[in-house]
Amino acid sequence: MAPLKPGEVSMGTTIMAVQFDGGVVVGADSRTTTGTYIANRVTDKLTKVHDRIYCCRSGSAADTQAVADIVKYHLALYAAQHGEEPTVKVAASLFQEICYQNKSTLMAGIIIGGWDKVDGPSVYDIPLGGSLHKQPFALGGSGSTFIYGYCDKVYHTDMTREECIEFVKNSVSLAMTRDGSSGGVIRLAVITEDSVERMFVPGNELPSQYLG
Amino acid sequence: MSPILESAAGFKFDNVKRNQLLSEKGNAAPRATKTGTTIVGLIFKDGIILGADTRATSGPIVADKNCEKIHYLAPNMYCCGAGTAADTEFTTSMASSQLALHSLNTGREARVATAMTMLKQYLFRYQGHIGAYLVLGGYDVTGPHLYTIHAHGSTDKLPFVTMGSGSLAAMSVFESRWRAGLSREEGIELVKDAIEAGIFNDLGSGSNVDVCVITRNNVEYLRNYVMPNERVEKEQSYKFAPGTTEFIVPKPPATLSGEEEGTAMDVSA
Repeated sequence: MAPLKPGEVSMGTTIMAVQFDGGVVVGADSRTTTGTYIANRVTDKLTKVHDRIYCCRSGSAADTQAVADIVKYHLALYAAQHGEEPTVKVAASLFQEICYQNKSTLMAGIIIGGWDKVDGPSVYDIPLGGSLHKQPFALGGSGSTFIYGYCDKVYHTDMTREECIEFVKNSVSLAMTRDGSSGGVIRLAVITEDSVERMFVPGNELPSQYLG
Repeated sequence: MSPILESAAGFKFDNVKRNQLLSEKGNAAPRATKTGTTIVGLIFKDGIILGADTRATSGPIVADKNCEKIHYLAPNMYCCGAGTAADTEFTTSMASSQLALHSLNTGREARVATAMTMLKQYLFRYQGHIGAYLVLGGYDVTGPHLYTIHAHGSTDKLPFVTMGSGSLAAMSVFESRWRAGLSREEGIELVKDAIEAGIFNDLGSGSNVDVCVITRNNVEYLRNYVMPNERVEKEQSYKFAPGTTEFIVPKPPATLSGEEEGTAMDVSA
């Protein structure tokens, strides 16, 4: 849980992932900052680590990119050696191993979402200390603190694919407007057995809400 | 003495204590030359255009008025550097030799993503202690690519980028005028204007504009593309007419002029 070094690029972020019957929806805002300057306003914080496994990155940009690259390598090697796709659980364990073993030097909060043929859709959360939590939906990043209440109220099991997409759009949008470190556009990915669908909502077409 | 204490093997940390003592006594550690810089890059219709100013500073002193900040990486790739001058210089030259060996081994032209990965992994290993902030641009078999690489090892892939202390001034130019499908001339003009915004509005940047245009099979390095700060003749002449200042021709000392009595030299054995 190393603090951010001077001049380091941070992802003060809103990220989330929701499970539904048949897949997972992952979503994120698109802002990366260096201090008060927006270094990238259209960042893609949803990173593919295997065909049907994505991770949402929050914390230090450098740290999370490095961790995601390492996991991506190990999953590719796993697939080649075993001749079958790795499960989301395997990917999450790899992430946890790296995040826990290097907890003193890393600043990385990661959510893993994906589909595999053993467990179907699943969502895992790895917060700063390196613990691993399997959850039906997960929130992360600085913006998440603003929407825990909203998400707990709105979420219900047996949500459909479309309901999940709307849920992620609305939640991330609310966090983006209240958290100064989150903003830009909303990026989404819907991961199912058959495909990964990437979507995005422009910053001027966010769901309607009170803007004071 | 015990042979263990005398052992020459291993790293000695003597200097850590010495430096600590020195800083406690008020002697600050020396600072490296930082390039307060404006560097930019953009994607245009046929490839990549990189740009840089040419001022290098060390504290408040301009250390070099016309330095080169666009470094060669490979025949199809160039890299602008901001931050610690020595670090950008050595990081890019190291990457350049590794890329040369890589393309010799594979028999292929090196890809921009390969260079980007090498640089980010190298910088991440040093946890930001190597102060190299880079704009990497190139054209490979997969098309044109443009990246920024921060000293801590994070990367971004964007159609137009700026870095260095003048990045804010330069970005305001890009944000208001960049669009997809710029022509070569429009692209160069925009890069020039972005660098000039840095040169004129940022104290850390100055002097001339360097530009580099990278296309499928060609690179044009336009060194000192514009020089908006050339020294002109002084408005006033400080030449004075001969005889403006009076001066006196000194007379030779009296003691050396005549045959006065001196002390005879002792020549006895």
